[in-house]
Amino acid sequence: MYRARIGIHSHVFASLGELLAKASPFRSGDALAGVAAVSAEERMAARLALADLPLRAFLDHALIAYEHDEVTRLIVDTHDAAAFAPIASLTVGGFRDWLLSPQATTAVLAALAPGVTPEMAAAVSKLMRNQDLILAARKIRVVTAFRSTIGLPGRLAIRLQPNHPSDDPRGILASTLDGLLYGAGDACIGINPASDDPARLRALWNMLDHLIDRHGIPTQSCVLAHVTRQIEAIEAGAPVDLVFQSVGGSEALNRSFGVSLALLREAHEAGLSLKRGSAGSNVMYFETGQGAALSANAHHGLDQQTCETRAYAVCRAFAPLLVNSVVGFIGPEYLYDGKQIIRAGLEDHFCGKLIGLPMGVDVCYTNHAEADQDDMDTLLTLLGAAGVNFVMGVPGADDVMLGYQSTSFHDGLALRESLNLRHAPEFEDWLLHHQLIDAHGRLRDSTQLASLPFAKLIADLRR
Amino acid sequence: MNLTTDEQQHAPATSADPWHALRVHTPARIALGRSGASLPTRELLAFGIAHAQARDAVHASLDIAALRADLATFGLPIVEVRSAAANRAAYLARPDWGRRLDAASAAALKPMTPPPDLLLVIADGLSATAAQRHALPLLRETLPRLQGLQIGPLVIATQARVALADAVAIALGARLVVSLIGERPGLSAPDSLGAYITWAPQPGTTDAQRNCLSNIRPEGLGYDTAATQLAALIRASLTAGISGVALGFGEATPPQLPIS
Repeated sequence: MYRARIGIHSHVFASLGELLAKASPFRSGDALAGVAAVSAEERMAARLALADLPLRAFLDHALIAYEHDEVTRLIVDTHDAAAFAPIASLTVGGFRDWLLSPQATTAVLAALAPGVTPEMAAAVSKLMRNQDLILAARKIRVVTAFRSTIGLPGRLAIRLQPNHPSDDPRGILASTLDGLLYGAGDACIGINPASDDPARLRALWNMLDHLIDRHGIPTQSCVLAHVTRQIEAIEAGAPVDLVFQSVGGSEALNRSFGVSLALLREAHEAGLSLKRGSAGSNVMYFETGQGAALSANAHHGLDQQTCETRAYAVCRAFAPLLVNSVVGFIGPEYLYDGKQIIRAGLEDHFCGKLIGLPMGVDVCYTNHAEADQDDMDTLLTLLGAAGVNFVMGVPGADDVMLGYQSTSFHDGLALRESLNLRHAPEFEDWLLHHQLIDAHGRLRDSTQLASLPFAKLIADLRR
Repeated sequence: MNLTTDEQQHAPATSADPWHALRVHTPARIALGRSGASLPTRELLAFGIAHAQARDAVHASLDIAALRADLATFGLPIVEVRSAAANRAAYLARPDWGRRLDAASAAALKPMTPPPDLLLVIADGLSATAAQRHALPLLRETLPRLQGLQIGPLVIATQARVALADAVAIALGARLVVSLIGERPGLSAPDSLGAYITWAPQPGTTDAQRNCLSNIRPEGLGYDTAATQLAALIRASLTAGISGVALGFGEATPPQLPIS
């Protein structure tokens, strides 16, 4: 039982899960789940009670029962008590103060990560304003590598997302070349396939492998099929760089995705076995998103942001190259408008970074959400200030396969220009070598096709 | 205004991309050119127009009087139902309300004797524009292909999700229900109609138990083709007593790359 008094009103919260849910900034998904605070005052009362709660409470009380959920078991069994020691005596409110203080340096926060549970990260984020989420996150550095090195200070990487409605390899290649010539693709070239057919998937892996190899592009490919298809492809000899899977914060949600921790372990080992990375061996790419648990009825009465942070524990177990919160994709029943999408994007980025993940964000929305490009510009710029590891690059921000709006190659250029963010170092060298960027990292004008690195490929493709 | 690439007049301040011939291979917005780091004004406006049309489609209301007049040509009884979502904002925030009938609609629906083989529900969904434009021509092609089947009244459903049709079918006792519903508008198409076929719907029927035809509109899956596929699916489902993944549908082979 958790209590707080505001004036003459005494507010009571029956469980830790209820306390977290009611402390959460309002969003439509929590109202849909019936777990949101019923009044603005109740929300503040929950925050008052949460602020006084010792962080240790999250080690003593599992939000989803240990016996019934392998994600809970993962969180509890891998908690690093020694790393937790510096904050062991703090309350959630004290944790916020500490995170924003000069004591919490980049090195201190890196050492702390294994001691922070997802629930602690979720709890403190609920007391933080957007400004706090930015300031705390920008102190945290999570650097990972495969062929490019991602997450270094002052750098931003882009996932090139060249989707096509029917997986036409020519169409996907056309969008890929467009993105590369715009200086995008240092996080990865990642295709969401429309089809699950192994032969069609194999054609995509082969095409990207050929392109990356022939042109010496310091990046990694990914075909975002179900992880089972990727394991089969590896066994069949496909040139797989990154292994992808969508994951969630409860065993039931992961089951609805058709995965378990054991299957993810198998996928991780299969990816590592190919030894295709040159700069590092982070082979996993995960995607998450608030609302997924409720949509699969796998949320156990928890609020969507707390469920989301629990997904990060799953990611953390597999040393990923990239973790991407696809924040506005799910629709207005979970995040209704630009305000809710912006808040959620900053929360996800901060919470993921705090527990040690290389966080990127798919800054995005659907046409039935109350949001537009201006909202995405705002979130993108805030995430740039917060030190986001990577964002998406979709031609013209319009994903013609998935039917939503993300960030464009142009948006990547604009963020680099406004915040002076450079490419991943290996990719920057490649762009410089091919004279696609100048010494300041700015894209050069390319008026002559013949002078471009892919001139022959483009000429062949035009025929 | 016409915004095809070839007709664009680039001002000196914008730089064109010399690979724009690749646009023949994809509907994606590639080779847009740049003004500094940003989109050229014409591309900025082209995107804005597409988004505006999608937004208008999401918030459009079904013109029920006009739709009734259209559907009267088929000589079938017409029934109107509403979901429990009272307005568009409630509909967008609460999909659970959009799947339930409101009290008045539920009270008005009585089991039919004999139970019809098939119920056709025309629903606004996320694009009333799609239902308004495409329901009539699609039904004109489809109904002649359904001869011999016992078809219940045409149902017009507003603030409706796909599963609202389940509730209607359960109330009327129909064996199979087809929901012709406006799909979530994309930038390339604000008026795509979807057709969802569900055998023996129950409360809690999931999408895995439905068959779906998507992107029905003249620029996508044309009326004639859609009607042929829809009628085939309906008959297959009625014969097999099943719908969903188990009923299946073939896949086209993708084009091959011209290069190694």
